[in-house]
Amino acid sequence: MKEDILKYGLPTLTRKTLIDMYAMMCRIRMFEERIVDLYPEQEMKCPVHLCIGQEAIATGVCLNLRKEDYVFSNHRGHGHALAKGSAMRPLMAEFYGKATGCSRGKGGSMHIIDVENGILGTSAIVAGGIPMGVGAALASSIRKEDRVTVIFFGDGAYDEGALYESFNFASLKKLPVVFFCENNFYATNSHQSARQSACRISDSASAFDSHGVCIDGNDAIEVYKAAQDSVNRARKGGGPSLIEAKTYRWKGHVGPDADYEKGCRPKEELIYWMERCPVKVMREFILSRNIVAENELKEIAASIAGEIDDAVKFAKDSEYPPLSDLLTDVYAPVKETL
Amino acid sequence: MPWTKVYSNKAEFEKALSENKDLRGLAYKDALLEATSQLLEADETVFVIGEGIDDAGGVFGSTRGLHLKFGRERVMDSPLAENGITGVAIGAAVAGMRPILVHMRVDFIPLSLDQIINHAAKWRYMFGGKVSVPIVIRSMIGRGWGSAAQHSQSLQSLFTNIPGLKVVMPATPYDAKGLLRASVYDGNPVVFIEHRWLYEHMGHVPSEPYTVPIGKAIIRRKGSDATIVAVSYMVYEAMSAAEILKDEGIECEVIDLRTLKPLDAPLILGSVARTGRLVIADTGWKETGIGAEIIARVVEDGFGALKSAPERVNLPEAPTPASPALEKAYYPGKIEIAAAVRRAVKKG
Repeated sequence: MKEDILKYGLPTLTRKTLIDMYAMMCRIRMFEERIVDLYPEQEMKCPVHLCIGQEAIATGVCLNLRKEDYVFSNHRGHGHALAKGSAMRPLMAEFYGKATGCSRGKGGSMHIIDVENGILGTSAIVAGGIPMGVGAALASSIRKEDRVTVIFFGDGAYDEGALYESFNFASLKKLPVVFFCENNFYATNSHQSARQSACRISDSASAFDSHGVCIDGNDAIEVYKAAQDSVNRARKGGGPSLIEAKTYRWKGHVGPDADYEKGCRPKEELIYWMERCPVKVMREFILSRNIVAENELKEIAASIAGEIDDAVKFAKDSEYPPLSDLLTDVYAPVKETL
Repeated sequence: MPWTKVYSNKAEFEKALSENKDLRGLAYKDALLEATSQLLEADETVFVIGEGIDDAGGVFGSTRGLHLKFGRERVMDSPLAENGITGVAIGAAVAGMRPILVHMRVDFIPLSLDQIINHAAKWRYMFGGKVSVPIVIRSMIGRGWGSAAQHSQSLQSLFTNIPGLKVVMPATPYDAKGLLRASVYDGNPVVFIEHRWLYEHMGHVPSEPYTVPIGKAIIRRKGSDATIVAVSYMVYEAMSAAEILKDEGIECEVIDLRTLKPLDAPLILGSVARTGRLVIADTGWKETGIGAEIIARVVEDGFGALKSAPERVNLPEAPTPASPALEKAYYPGKIEIAAAVRRAVKKG
């Protein structure tokens, strides 16, 4: 263990942090797997973009964040919300379109919000949330708050101009932003190499006079370390940085099924990445170093399963929004006294 | 430049001023400047962002010198990144600020439609009312001087089609100041469209802060024979047309729409109930423009009041040409409005 701490150079990486890390990855994995199980019932009537295979990223990043720090996510955002501290009930209820959902049933799986935990809403337009994240950081900066904003996006968003416009502005104003690219190599079914000339996402940071790094996105500890560097830099006024983490989503772009059967991607590629399962990597790390006993891990899993059972029951038992909700919340009420 | 003086009613205003010493004269651009300055002064959440807003011109004078008074942290120039910067302002609004974003020409707004339509307009609804987007997007339209197709459009109808947005187009200095303040405090995304030919226009503007309510049109001239609903600069053309028609025995009621969304349908319906005839004078194109919507509302809810088919005065269905010869034919004014009223009266 001491060697590992030296290797990773992380005095903050305590036993508790490592166990929390594993537990959160399990939480995300099991939550998503439950959606896979339930989806064929066709009661969850909204598109779901699952992050199975990418759990190390949300987990490793958010362990470095405070409750008030902002996180901006995208259509594949269940894991980010859970890692930032969102409860399962309002998430699951939202996926079921219920009034108790985090967005009162008006958003669905792609539009998660949790204001108390720093999630101010999630865009499903690729790269659409990136400028908004920079804007939230600008607000923190104008108010002189000690608050960091992490913006998660995929390699698809790297194709979009909004990213460059936002990165340039964040760097120009030295805003406390971490741009975090989850490079799973595919935008829907298009491989990165079919869309990008260089395929070196992290290199582009230098064009914005910023720090960029490329890491293994399936190693939660490596993600944790890189995120810690970037978050600390942002908090100390060092401006934005860019982390590119290579990973792989096990399921198709949308829905509960693997997509190799449809010919979207080669099966061998999936097998290669499943062997590098981030949950398995973490599990072996903590077990092999006697950080935790096998039975403790079983207890963690049992506890998560119970929480998911509760969230699913809550979601299924909840009411749909009344039809009168159809026209509410289009506009904020105008205050009479100015 | 013609838009700075040709259509200014300074003489008229000075005459009014000589008769009433309580009036306070201010140009439209200075009314906007004063409103912005007072907002920045009173509310720390307000900030201004846009391309070139802190340069010597200061958005035709409407932001001139604000950065010296409030600092560039609150009055900031932005990169030429319309979509990104619009998103930045929206994100800041969601995080509790009240940004005033300036796109110096409405022609640049199409670059930022993703952020305006997919984000600002939907953010409150999509999250069940848990957040809102108190942002004002100021933008300018104009006419003439060979500005051609990409620097002269009047794109308000792009926004009136989108639930979640509000659209205002003040015509007077008084409304420019009052509507800007109302827009900043509205709590929703407001597209605030100004006409450059109005910038030097003088009018009475109280020095203290005040608001003009969004969603309320106003009758600028009473009349019994026809209702002219006019937008922005076309209000002045409509007033001139009404003068011409008076000599012919036709009394026009002129409504300054002020807000395009939400539409003040009750005021328009009430007026048409009295006059029985409707003409709309808009700064933009005809097809699916605000005139089409106004006519539809009147037909839906006040069909029986109409004595004749409504008329519309708009731009021809073509992009703006540069040549002064073509431009002259392109832009309608009081002559075309008067002709439209005559047609409406003649028909019934």
